[in-house]
Amino acid sequence: MAKHQITNQVRTLRFMAGEMTQQELADHVGVSRQTIAAIEKGKYSPTLELAFRIAHVFSVPLQEAFSYNPADE
Amino acid sequence: MFVLIDKNSTSSDKYSIMTYQEKRSIVHLVSAILVPVIYFWFVFQGNPTRDMNTDELLYFWARAILLSIPVTIVAHILIAIVFGISSVISSREKIPKEDERDKMIELKAMQASRYVFGFGVLLAMGALVGGMSVNMMFLALVGSGILSGVVEQLSKLYFYRNGI
Repeated sequence: MAKHQITNQVRTLRFMAGEMTQQELADHVGVSRQTIAAIEKGKYSPTLELAFRIAHVFSVPLQEAFSYNPADE
Repeated sequence: MFVLIDKNSTSSDKYSIMTYQEKRSIVHLVSAILVPVIYFWFVFQGNPTRDMNTDELLYFWARAILLSIPVTIVAHILIAIVFGISSVISSREKIPKEDERDKMIELKAMQASRYVFGFGVLLAMGALVGGMSVNMMFLALVGSGILSGVVEQLSKLYFYRNGI
């Protein structure tokens, strides 16, 4: 599985936003439901634009939706 | 088989065991093997290259490869249409639109397939330099083309399953 240093709280934000479904979030930001699922599972890091769009949907700053964790060396 | 595996995916929040993209990769993987194999099986019916000289062989292979292009395109389009319709009917979900993740996966899969095909071309040239026949060179080229298609679909399947 691909390792990502970027984690997200998309699933949590989604449930806090009136239990928004993955499909609804996908429709808001213009991607497929499978892409939202992959982001939540940490299998895909979105582009900067998509990350901003997701944060905008939940009306939160980018850092609240996505966080960067440098790998230990 | 794909219909049975996916039958539980009814709500938009449930995960399918296999997503549409994964099933599509498997279908394209099978067609990437079957379409050229069936086409060249028809082309080589009756062993037409048996008594050909080099010029005739070159013409034969050039014609076969050029004709394979529209045949392959039409076959893939038909298979994609049939798969799309059956997928919509069986899963009752609309076909997901292509987004940035799909494009990224396609790009990475194409990179992998290009490496394979490039290696195959070198192998074909090496076959000629090594004293093998023109037939062997073209077989190596066609084989590497088929293999690169297989690698592309396997790569897509891997990336869709395990992430990129």
